[in-house]
Amino acid sequence: MHEPRVYGLMAEFSGPEQVLEAARQAYAKGYRQMDAYSPFPVEGLAEAIGFHHTRLPLFVLVGGIVGALSGFFLQYYAAVISYPLNVGGRPFNSWPSFIPITFETTVLLAALCAVVGMLMRNGLPRPYHPVFNVQRFERVTRDKFFLCIEATDPLFDEKKTLKFLESLNPTHVTTVDP
Amino acid sequence: MKREHGVNTVETGPLIGHGQTYGTITDKITSDVLERKTPRGMLFGLAIAFILTMVLFISIGWLMIKGVGIWGINIPVAWGFAIINLVWWIGIGHAGTLISAILLLLNQHWRNSINRFAEAMTLFAVGCAALFPLLHLGRPWVFYWIIPLPDTMALWPQFRSPLTWDVFAITTYFTVSFMFWFVGLVPDLATMRDTAKKKWMKIVYGVLAMGWRGSARHWHRYEMAYLLLAGLATPLVISVHSVISFDFSVSVLPGWHATIFPPYFVAGAIYSGFAMVLCLVIPVRKAYGLQDFVTDRHMDYMAKVMLATGLIVAYGYAMEAFFAWYSGNEFEKYMMFNRTQGPYGFIYWGLLLTNIAIPQLLWIGRIRKNMVWLFLISITINIGMWLERFVIVVTSLHRDFLPSSWDMYYPTIWDWATYIGTIGLFLCLMFLFIRLMPMISIFELRQLLPWKSR
Repeated sequence: MHEPRVYGLMAEFSGPEQVLEAARQAYAKGYRQMDAYSPFPVEGLAEAIGFHHTRLPLFVLVGGIVGALSGFFLQYYAAVISYPLNVGGRPFNSWPSFIPITFETTVLLAALCAVVGMLMRNGLPRPYHPVFNVQRFERVTRDKFFLCIEATDPLFDEKKTLKFLESLNPTHVTTVDP
Repeated sequence: MKREHGVNTVETGPLIGHGQTYGTITDKITSDVLERKTPRGMLFGLAIAFILTMVLFISIGWLMIKGVGIWGINIPVAWGFAIINLVWWIGIGHAGTLISAILLLLNQHWRNSINRFAEAMTLFAVGCAALFPLLHLGRPWVFYWIIPLPDTMALWPQFRSPLTWDVFAITTYFTVSFMFWFVGLVPDLATMRDTAKKKWMKIVYGVLAMGWRGSARHWHRYEMAYLLLAGLATPLVISVHSVISFDFSVSVLPGWHATIFPPYFVAGAIYSGFAMVLCLVIPVRKAYGLQDFVTDRHMDYMAKVMLATGLIVAYGYAMEAFFAWYSGNEFEKYMMFNRTQGPYGFIYWGLLLTNIAIPQLLWIGRIRKNMVWLFLISITINIGMWLERFVIVVTSLHRDFLPSSWDMYYPTIWDWATYIGTIGLFLCLMFLFIRLMPMISIFELRQLLPWKSR
């Protein structure tokens, strides 16, 4: 297979409205392998480039359930199986008194899953990425917005995509080295 | 702007200063870390805080050598400053989580400029709090026995005890707060990485930022994770202080055994927490010129939250007194009599003054807008909340059911030294945070600038 000589083409915009419109047009044109970059979350931008569903909430729910079962089972095991203490004939499985700890372990594991899940699904930590090769990309964490169409997209053509991006009125268009 | 009669113009004021852009916001907050020379006042404050931290370390050292006898605890008052300070510090931490998590869920955008600072405050307050359960053990070096690990002695902690619940609650609270704070920092650490000029700074911030590049896909998952964390942190913060209140309320002691304790403690925690946030934000805002980001409207809102929670706390006091009488129980009635007219009566009246009477000044708009008054009232509330915990702990313990067990409690110099020392540690950590990290959430402030989404 032909090895791409570039990673993609990147267009720079000066505001969220511009990058949102550009993303919508790119999606309408048929581009799918692309990503938009912004200094803050822009509402609607992820949807505009075709990203809709994240499975993170499910992961967090499962984490919470596992946390709950673990916390409860820990106490149950200690109080009923491992070292039951007969205190005035009271039940070993005194589940109401197990609830506070069970609640805490639920929250703890759910929160850990939320953070770890988010990082893993985002592929972070990832110190190197081709987009950092663009000098002006430094401004993405300040006040500039970018749309990058990747060379792996089936519709990608260096000249045609360049013309298309320029038609969206960006402030700059740059080639991204791999 | 013409001031209409009866209309509070602060409420309709902006949430962010006029004329700010994405660039100016970034520049202001990053330059406070990267370029600005530390103001002399801050260095002076840090020096004092550092000395107090050394006092803390000396106190801890002496405690390890001599044992808890250096404190003023005795029988019957076997729990003194250690538990008072634990509850005080944890309470202070709750405002950070409320601002970060609960205000996020309620879509209150005014949280955007104060949440990072408040969350950092929470982390350091919980850290200071966590010292006390460790220190007040007779043998702190075997503290790990309370963690349910497999061991050769076949020992388990007492899962039915609120003290063990505390271990899980505080650990969870600290972990979740830390993650919430750090996750919130990642995009701003990327900003620091890209703004810093020196290579080593870029590397340090870059490593912490984990390669964040502002991808829209990443932002989507990020927002989702942040929202989920907020949704988890909200019941967590309520549960943590409820569990702390269970330390008292699941006992049978008059003055402790009250069902009002969980909501009363949580409201009190938010009360003292906001007071501490204001105590810190007012001078920092002045010293760093942050009025465009933490506006008068923010101060007004925070003062109002304080007033509201103060009224809930006042309700708690009223109910305690009412039910002590209404119950007809001689021990409950004596507990209330002793609180008001016993040897510690002056503390109780001081409490009512500092926690209920003086904060009513916050009803007046001009007081809420005056930073000096607001600062003084916040300090007063912090003191008042400490007095509240003193009243709860000491007056109930020193005179309970059997008069022959009654005695007085006098804190020693080491009690005070440890307490003041933790204040020093807290301030030290806050100073370091302000010096090294962007203390206001840059990307969330950018979101406050208007743009058309269609």
